[in-house]
Amino acid sequence: MKLHELTIHEASDLLKKREISSQELTRAVLDRIESVEKKVDAYITIAGETAVKQAELADREISRGNISPLTGIPVSVKDLICTKGLRTTCASKILENFTPQYDAFVIKKLKKAGAVIVGKTNMDEFAMGSSTENSGMKTTRNPWDLTCIPGGSSGGSAAAVAADMCLGSLGSDTGGSIRQPASHCGVVGMKPTYGRVSRFGLVAFASSLDQIGPLAKDVLDCALLMNAIAGYDPADSTSVPEDVPDYTSFSNKGLSGMTIGIPKEYNETKGLDPEVSGAVKNAVKVIEDLGAKCVEITLPHTKYAVAAYYVIAPSEASSNLARYDGVKYGFRDKEKNSLIDMYRSTRTKGFGAEVQRRIILGTYSLSSGYYDAYYKKASQVRTLIMEDFKNAFKSCDLILSPVAPTPAFKIGEKIDDPLTMYLSDIFTLSANLAGIPGISVPCGFSSAGLPIGLQLIGRHFEEKKILTAAYNFEQATDFHKQKPEI
Amino acid sequence: MKITKDEVVYTADLARLDLSENSINRFADQIGDILEYVDTLNSVDTEGITPTSHAIFLSNAFREDEVKESMGADKALANAPEKEDGNFIVPKVINL
Repeated sequence: MKLHELTIHEASDLLKKREISSQELTRAVLDRIESVEKKVDAYITIAGETAVKQAELADREISRGNISPLTGIPVSVKDLICTKGLRTTCASKILENFTPQYDAFVIKKLKKAGAVIVGKTNMDEFAMGSSTENSGMKTTRNPWDLTCIPGGSSGGSAAAVAADMCLGSLGSDTGGSIRQPASHCGVVGMKPTYGRVSRFGLVAFASSLDQIGPLAKDVLDCALLMNAIAGYDPADSTSVPEDVPDYTSFSNKGLSGMTIGIPKEYNETKGLDPEVSGAVKNAVKVIEDLGAKCVEITLPHTKYAVAAYYVIAPSEASSNLARYDGVKYGFRDKEKNSLIDMYRSTRTKGFGAEVQRRIILGTYSLSSGYYDAYYKKASQVRTLIMEDFKNAFKSCDLILSPVAPTPAFKIGEKIDDPLTMYLSDIFTLSANLAGIPGISVPCGFSSAGLPIGLQLIGRHFEEKKILTAAYNFEQATDFHKQKPEI
Repeated sequence: MKITKDEVVYTADLARLDLSENSINRFADQIGDILEYVDTLNSVDTEGITPTSHAIFLSNAFREDEVKESMGADKALANAPEKEDGNFIVPKVINL
């Protein structure tokens, strides 16, 4: 076994037994990045030097017997989570030279746990996209087929994990941006409950929907990362002061006693690929064999989730992105001599097309005369979507669905048609609108060899139940053990 | 057409964006398509439904009003595109 191919828990066991050092492990990962980055383009910034230093520190701690499950583990971080002294661009020209002066809450937690940060991963600009093609920096390719998109917006993180260019990663999920790329790249990705992980230091896209979460090679690693990043943070006023359980203490004794709801509406979804629905149907059989009871449920308003989301998210974004004015940080067009001209030119040159499109859409929905028709209406539908889930969870513990309607599509295929791109988020968005947690776990491959993910969604703060089901499913299958040939 | 070119230009102006003729045409088409799709929301009866802006029940997040160390001017200015003597420099705002 090559070191970069290890999972976090496998590497941690070897580190604990002193069979390997963090420096060896980190160098192996950096070598791996060096050899495949040209093909995958997962990283915006590679932090080789600081990573090696962090690995040295980790080795010193380990030699003193101080080892946590992440001590000495090389991980990557999506490039919209602030890392002190390490460039954080949001894949935008407007933040191309931005160096944060502080660490995000989750970065502080990772560093405290002794993790080694090897680099910052590519993404759709400001996390707006489903393919990572909206990056202002580069186009990441799917490690399973380099002509396909890795998903998005955390496409760099998912590709890096799938291609063994890190052992795990942190991404962010506003409408599916962790789960969908995880599904497309054949890795595990979790969006926690809104408020479970602090957003302090996460560059804001849509504040009522954004949530940081892990991407990992298997469910146990996902749980280990959740243990490290979850928790209350007074610096985020939407962070919830609720106890954090040990997410890794799940049983592997099957799923008897658990009821899984399958929304009848999802089978009626237009554009659902038969290979995806086939893989999900097989997953249902596995889950039933594990002892869970599967029942049909109904989520009558989910068909409005895309429409509600594409009012709410751009509205919040248009407000959040008003801060990029060329004054406090980031790019400024210095040619302009009046303040307003400078704002206009800076923002027009600094933001890419999708970001401008969403700012205009959001500004329009919030503008005088349209607010009630769009933003208020969408927020009311959001309430109905939340009530659907509340009702559904009366008769089941978890809800099962596909993650994305199709496997990864070709680079360039949907980029000129934003609405079609938006519809690829149809299964993931409603969890963000309701603030509930969800996971993507590998459940099959298409005939073209592209990974397919299974989504499990739970009640607020029931990540552990999701992880338990995902773990048992994973242990009964071997999709997570497959590796792409790059 | 759900959104006219003039409305795109007007909205872009509110958001401090300068659009090329090409972008105006494209955005009017694309945003028009999106708004048309969004109109499906009109088939939902939302009479008397309270809008949701926050998915988790949380009452006000208060904390003690304690003086703590802040970031400081040097760090706050570290990423400024133009600065001088501890201040952000902006183009002239008032022309006398």
